[in-house]
Amino acid sequence: MTVKEKLVILGLGAAAFIAVAALFIVVGYVFINGIGVISWEFLLTSPYRFEYGGIFPQIIGSLCLVAVCLLFAVPLGLASAIYLAEYAPDNLITKSVRFFVECLAGIPSIVIGLFGLTFLVYYLDFGICMLSGGLALGFMILPWTIRASEEAIKTVPKGHREASLALGISKWRTIRSVVLKSAYPGIITGILLGLGKAIGETAVVLLTAGSGLEPFLPKSIFDPVASLPVYIYMIGTKGHTSAAYSRTFGASLVLIAMFLMISIFALYLRNRYTRRMSKR
Amino acid sequence: MHFLERVRSFRLKKRDPEISEKIVEKLLFILTLSSILIVLFIIAFMFKEGLPALALGREFFLGMIWYPPNNQFGIVPIVVCSFIVGIGALLIAAIIGIPAAIFLAEYSPDWLRNFIKPCVELLVGIPSIVLGFFGLVVVVGYIRDTSGGYGECIVAGWLILAVMTLPHVISISEDSIRAVPKTYKEASLALGATQSQTITKVLLPNARSGILTAMVLGMGNAIGETMAVLMVIGNPEIPFIPSSVLDPARVLTSTIVIEIPYAVWGSMHEHALFALGVILFIVVAIFNLITTAVIRKGAKER
Repeated sequence: MTVKEKLVILGLGAAAFIAVAALFIVVGYVFINGIGVISWEFLLTSPYRFEYGGIFPQIIGSLCLVAVCLLFAVPLGLASAIYLAEYAPDNLITKSVRFFVECLAGIPSIVIGLFGLTFLVYYLDFGICMLSGGLALGFMILPWTIRASEEAIKTVPKGHREASLALGISKWRTIRSVVLKSAYPGIITGILLGLGKAIGETAVVLLTAGSGLEPFLPKSIFDPVASLPVYIYMIGTKGHTSAAYSRTFGASLVLIAMFLMISIFALYLRNRYTRRMSKR
Repeated sequence: MHFLERVRSFRLKKRDPEISEKIVEKLLFILTLSSILIVLFIIAFMFKEGLPALALGREFFLGMIWYPPNNQFGIVPIVVCSFIVGIGALLIAAIIGIPAAIFLAEYSPDWLRNFIKPCVELLVGIPSIVLGFFGLVVVVGYIRDTSGGYGECIVAGWLILAVMTLPHVISISEDSIRAVPKTYKEASLALGATQSQTITKVLLPNARSGILTAMVLGMGNAIGETMAVLMVIGNPEIPFIPSSVLDPARVLTSTIVIEIPYAVWGSMHEHALFALGVILFIVVAIFNLITTAVIRKGAKER
């Protein structure tokens, strides 16, 4: 190999390295600037006077929003995936369902936020609240849950289904006890990746769920609810003191930590699962 | 029929597994339709809210001034800024992403690839608000220190958006380079072409449609991205067509987020913001349609 060839490879490698470096620089910078403010007091108290205090309601609020979102998106997504993978005939309706799922996946989050604002908040009159925010997040991740679940269901070998059907077990029972049982790690991985998307989403929540600074915990699903991303947005853009900056980095660190834990768990689950599948 | 017999036949029917199977299938089918319903509702409600502003016609689509207090809603500067920001970010992402994809597909040893790929996947998920704040503190801070001014500008938007679109460009380009049949590459090498000649003359031309797909998809993502751009782009009070890359700008998404809290519900201002949403929706939908069409065509050819 000539020197020139080696230089080309080096250049290509450097480009790939930039992508990795971007991840480590961002996470590292947030970590270094945010770790100082992290304490039990920061994690377990409420904010006061805009940029002071902790982020307890924001953490709980984010978790509540994601819970509502999953309660909506997972059953719907799973049902759609089962239908598309196991029942759907190859006709116009199925094709258009797939087309619309693609459409939904492509809609920018801010448009989903606007839709949530007009439909959920004003038209259905839920108001700015946890239910509106969670449902709007649910609209956003629904296509991802459908796709991931369908992929997982499709990897189950045909032989398993046929063996079960040959034993005289009905189709639905086969799906429940054979297909879903071996597809569930893949499904959970997909759901976790969707969850990671939902927990960091700002624009949707900003328009539908609350101002992000609520110092109280929601008492019902019709209460406005604080959330980490909106808190970061508010404090990060409107607070100009060092207290605001360090708290923004602290909250960012908590958000990244939540996201990384979810994603790494999902990637781990997927790797273990694919290894098990390939061993067979 | 005797009453008891009728009861018995009814119970038999109820136990008939065929019927419950049918019910399950119908139920799943109905739930599946929810995706269609959601999309149709989104389209209907966005148009319903945006229509009064869209109906302004020329004044809206060709107007050069967006100044809500005067009821002036011309979207040209905002749309132009959106495209400038999106295209620039995409170019940066392509300059880094395509070589990175070639490296991953052709040269990277397995252990390195197994390290880079998950990192790239994680980069997609860094919450955009965190990336935006990082950009505000680091990138904007740097530009402010070196070139003066506020530092919030188009270049900052390009850089942050490029980081966000990079993972998509890398993954799709890598897949399409891998999809080029191995024999092509081997034939080229056997003819005595060097590695770099093989890449530029054989691999890239054959992977062209896939890489273009990545570009179009990345463009859709970049234009639809909200929070990260919003935090670094400056958002001047009256949007204008920038004359330098260090000018602040106002894009479709940031205008919506910044102004919606101040827009009175039912006013023309609110309708105009929803109309911006409609335009954003249509632009991104066109990009996505191109992508799916290209992917489908590619799948058919193979």
